[in-house]
Amino acid sequence: MTNTTTVTPTRVYRDYGQPLWRRLLVNRESAIIVLLAVVIVVAMLSVRNFDNPITITYLLLDVAPILLIALPMTLIIITGEIDLSVASVVGLSSVLLGTLHQAGLPIPAAAFIAIVAGALGGALNGFLVTVVGLPSLAVTIGTLALYRGLAVGLLGTTAVTDFNEFWTTLAKSKIPGTPIPSITIPFLILLAIFAIVLHFTPFGRGVFAIGLSSEAATFSGVNVNRTKFILFVVAGAVSAFAGIYYTLRFGSARGDNATGLELQVIAAVLLGGVSIFGGRGALHGVIAGVLLIGVLGSALRLANVTSDVINIITGVLLVLSVVSTSFLFWLHKQRSQPRRIRRVDTGTPPA
Amino acid sequence: MLFHKKGSGKARVGAIAAIAVSIALVATGCSSGGGDSTDGGDSDNLAITFLPKNLGNAYFDTSDKGGEKAIGEFGGTYAEVGPSEATPDAQVSYINTLTQQGVGAIVVSANDPKAIGGALNEARDAGVKVVTYDSDTDTEYRDVFINQADSAGIAKVQVDLIAEQIGDAGEIAILSASANATNQNAWIELMKSDIADNHPNITVVETVYGDDDDQTSFDKTAALLQTHPNLKGIVSPTTVGIAAAARYLQTSEYKGKVALTGLGTPNQMRDYVTDGTVTAFALWNPADLGYLAAYAAKALIEGDITGAESDTFEAGDLGTYTVGADGVVLLGDPYEFNKDNIADFDF
Repeated sequence: MTNTTTVTPTRVYRDYGQPLWRRLLVNRESAIIVLLAVVIVVAMLSVRNFDNPITITYLLLDVAPILLIALPMTLIIITGEIDLSVASVVGLSSVLLGTLHQAGLPIPAAAFIAIVAGALGGALNGFLVTVVGLPSLAVTIGTLALYRGLAVGLLGTTAVTDFNEFWTTLAKSKIPGTPIPSITIPFLILLAIFAIVLHFTPFGRGVFAIGLSSEAATFSGVNVNRTKFILFVVAGAVSAFAGIYYTLRFGSARGDNATGLELQVIAAVLLGGVSIFGGRGALHGVIAGVLLIGVLGSALRLANVTSDVINIITGVLLVLSVVSTSFLFWLHKQRSQPRRIRRVDTGTPPA
Repeated sequence: MLFHKKGSGKARVGAIAAIAVSIALVATGCSSGGGDSTDGGDSDNLAITFLPKNLGNAYFDTSDKGGEKAIGEFGGTYAEVGPSEATPDAQVSYINTLTQQGVGAIVVSANDPKAIGGALNEARDAGVKVVTYDSDTDTEYRDVFINQADSAGIAKVQVDLIAEQIGDAGEIAILSASANATNQNAWIELMKSDIADNHPNITVVETVYGDDDDQTSFDKTAALLQTHPNLKGIVSPTTVGIAAAARYLQTSEYKGKVALTGLGTPNQMRDYVTDGTVTAFALWNPADLGYLAAYAAKALIEGDITGAESDTFEAGDLGTYTVGADGVVLLGDPYEFNKDNIADFDF
């Protein structure tokens, strides 16, 4: 045993076990991006009218709320938590914008109040998760019902539709000379901020650390509760912003706006390679995941596939993506197990 | 833990490729099945797509079958798409898709009078004709609206039915929805004036409100019959009310003695009509509604009408129709359901 100190075993960490190009190209995120490209090519070749530029416009207009909310949702899921209340916050923000506008407030003021309300809603989630110490799944199922209830209660079954033409046109407008909707600009700004925070700051390293092991993160100096609380508040605010876009795009503030959107967001995030157990994920995979679900839906609708079948295909895709991760992990363990035993066997006789 | 780089990467790529191929197969399989069904001619593109509030709704299944029948008669291409939930945002995605496909006309029952308006106008800018049926949008978003029934017609058919069933004389009562229901109140006013003018021997002794709640309507029916021993008939201009009243009458001593009519749906009323509790009731015929909407779409596509007032068009078996003010086409008098025809309907 004395000679072990002189032998320095080459410990290779899993994440750095391969050359840089392989780590960048052969991973879950790249797989989803390739899959997205394959689906787009297949759709262009086989679905009539899919290659029309207006497809991009409608597609991005449709998935914009999912793209927006997927940003904070990615960070929350990486910490191992979840926020199911985001779609209800969209509904609540929509109703607030509608009722405040009806009461005479200009759109920017009403939108500001709606975003503050969204942040407060997120803060309540964060408070219950971090200070009271309840599991986020239970907390946000509760607030999912609570915020939706408030939204429907405030406006009843009616809708506010008398929005200023300027704002509704702006929500649907395109960047001049392109088929890309203007909502892409605020999204790209938010994406840049989230990408930098997640992948290039200590806060972002903390997010991953919490997901891998909350205790280890605490001992390495990450303020776990503060990090989670901030993420829930941001998720609320971004969801409220998505709600404002949603309301203006459809020109209609309703309590039941965006019902079920949380499932699409979470599906896209998981499809994009974020681990539901936390600790793993990257934003480019998530963006590809959202676009993949959007492109599939758009292509299948153009091919006159009914909504139930689209739901089935999206569901199968999601299950496959989650199963494939677990399967590959299992496969990896199966393959590495015998070798380790062999190495141990060959290593023991001299000692 | 030690990490071995050989193998795992390849396995992963292999599995991912398998998923990609399977999805590609799914996508191509589905598209080849339905891709060319909306292919229309260049001159008169008679591809007409029905977009109900939601799919799996018996009422719209019936109306859209009527549309399919009409489109079959004039040789167009019928399709039906729709969301699983009756929400306006889901309808917008479908309207956008139909715009991209370049269908001839969309026949839509709006989930919101305004929210789908922008999408509909984009469709119209692209040359798609828009017909609303059952539930209208604001007038600036569509070419014509097929209105299932007007207030005067609804009021008249109910008065005629009850007058016939009680021998045009005696006390009747009205079981309505809520006290401030706009539609019901308008119909009740029209019924009362019709009775006063044309049926002098009938008296409306009381109007009660069941709030469109099954149990409340049931209790109010019981109370009515006890308060007015000479009551000969009940009119319930709401589908919830008539079904609850029929359920009470069916098991009471008043079955067959007190007449009941109003607005109901065949599926709710089938038992009561079959066993004689109710002789006849009224509602519009959803199949005719879809049928007329399809012919209106055809007339718009072929340029026979533009949606302007006093345009006229042919609607197959239903005859000739004229567009009224605000681009509204009235289906006609409500349809009367009785023992002889109720088996033909499922909604």
